[in-house]
Amino acid sequence: MSSPETTPQSIEEALFEAIAEIGPDRADITREATLEDLDIDSLDLVEIAQLVQETWGVELDPQDFEGVRTVGEALDVISARVLVL
Amino acid sequence: MRRGVAITGVGAVTPLGVGAEALIDRWVAGASGIEAGLGRCARFDPRQTLTRKQLHRSDRFTQLALTAATEALAGAGWADELPYPPERIGCIVGSGVGGVETLTRQQATLQARGVDACSPLGIPMMMANAASGAIAMRYGITGPNWCVASACAAGAHAIGTAVRLVQAGEVDAIVTGGAEAGIDPLVVAAFARMRATSRTGISRPFDARRDGFVLGEGAGMLVLEEAEAARARGAEPLGRLLGYGATADAYHLTAPEPTGSGPARAMALALGEAGVDAEDVDYVNAHGTATPLNDRVETAAIKRVFGPAAAALPVSSLKSAIGHLLGASGAVEAVATVLALRRRIAPPTLNWAAAEEGLDLDYVPVRAKPLRAAAHARRAVGISNSFGFGGHNAVLCIAA
Repeated sequence: MSSPETTPQSIEEALFEAIAEIGPDRADITREATLEDLDIDSLDLVEIAQLVQETWGVELDPQDFEGVRTVGEALDVISARVLVL
Repeated sequence: MRRGVAITGVGAVTPLGVGAEALIDRWVAGASGIEAGLGRCARFDPRQTLTRKQLHRSDRFTQLALTAATEALAGAGWADELPYPPERIGCIVGSGVGGVETLTRQQATLQARGVDACSPLGIPMMMANAASGAIAMRYGITGPNWCVASACAAGAHAIGTAVRLVQAGEVDAIVTGGAEAGIDPLVVAAFARMRATSRTGISRPFDARRDGFVLGEGAGMLVLEEAEAARARGAEPLGRLLGYGATADAYHLTAPEPTGSGPARAMALALGEAGVDAEDVDYVNAHGTATPLNDRVETAAIKRVFGPAAAALPVSSLKSAIGHLLGASGAVEAVATVLALRRRIAPPTLNWAAAEEGLDLDYVPVRAKPLRAAAHARRAVGISNSFGFGGHNAVLCIAA
């Protein structure tokens, strides 16, 4: 079950922070930015999946991000799994 | 006639500072980079040369390598544009223990938090070939690329391997050297348990009181170019790599063969390829670890090769000033050797004060001294020795 403070906004903040730790400038990280623009590759997606598991206890497989092009789409994948609980 | 090999750029990150000039300036001045018994690169800030992404994805040894490579390529005039087709440029980098800090951190993560918490970057950060791969990616150089692993001789073997690739015509130019970031509790403990490292924390090569090496970290990089190609593009070489010799003791896991026959053969091979007589060598940059065995055997080997000429030959150890950089040491010492030869000066062996019977070469104690070549209008020639656990011996002959 997600904690009371888990909201779409809090998930977005956590994801943006995680992406910034991986490398891209914080200012470049928006919902519209593409993973390609941010130089996010499959290794980064594994790290993001780890963060999701550690933060919300939801197990994501890198394959869950298949077809995902933008940060917003990645966020939707994560939110759909986290907020449904 | 073999293709000649010109050194057109050098770079170093060492306990004496960031940059090859800091290394040679401070060593010649007799400064020490060793603090509290370790040779850390305290002034090194990888954020100066690496992007956040590179920082996130690299072990410290790769960060040291990239920083030294950046300086070497800039010095060669390669910063903006590669002077040869990328597939004609190689990169060979040595390392003794690779990304050992990443390895031990990931081991701790595994034990504390389980498989799922282990980083997907663990392998690509710890692999010993990460440094040569990262340099290639940064500059888009696509020729032969690999890592050489031969413990404390890796840096010298990497350079020797690079020389051979240039000579064979497989590349027109090559980025080569060594990198190490082994100041990790596991490595410190393991060397201490085999009594290889100094209990006093003082690096005293060739001194009667020596009690083992001081562990250090750093990186040294060189840009080598086929001599005619370098000339054709108007590069001004810092020096030339004249010869390389590599042998094995085939004797013991860690102890050198007592007569020094393996190192002596490597020195003779390097001089033979260079076409340099023993009497014409101006300087020996010793392996000089300050272990009781190495310094005795290395002295014996030098005497075997140089005969009567050994008595007047300046022999000094950079490890007295920065400690033992393991797989980076041979590369950092090659950088220091070419710069010392250019200045016509033998940098000093710090902390040397007490002679031991049989260890009677000119170890250039405490103060730098001019090379004989300084008095004559001719090139200066030196050799740089590197020997590794496992009985690996590598010697480079350099002129400037």
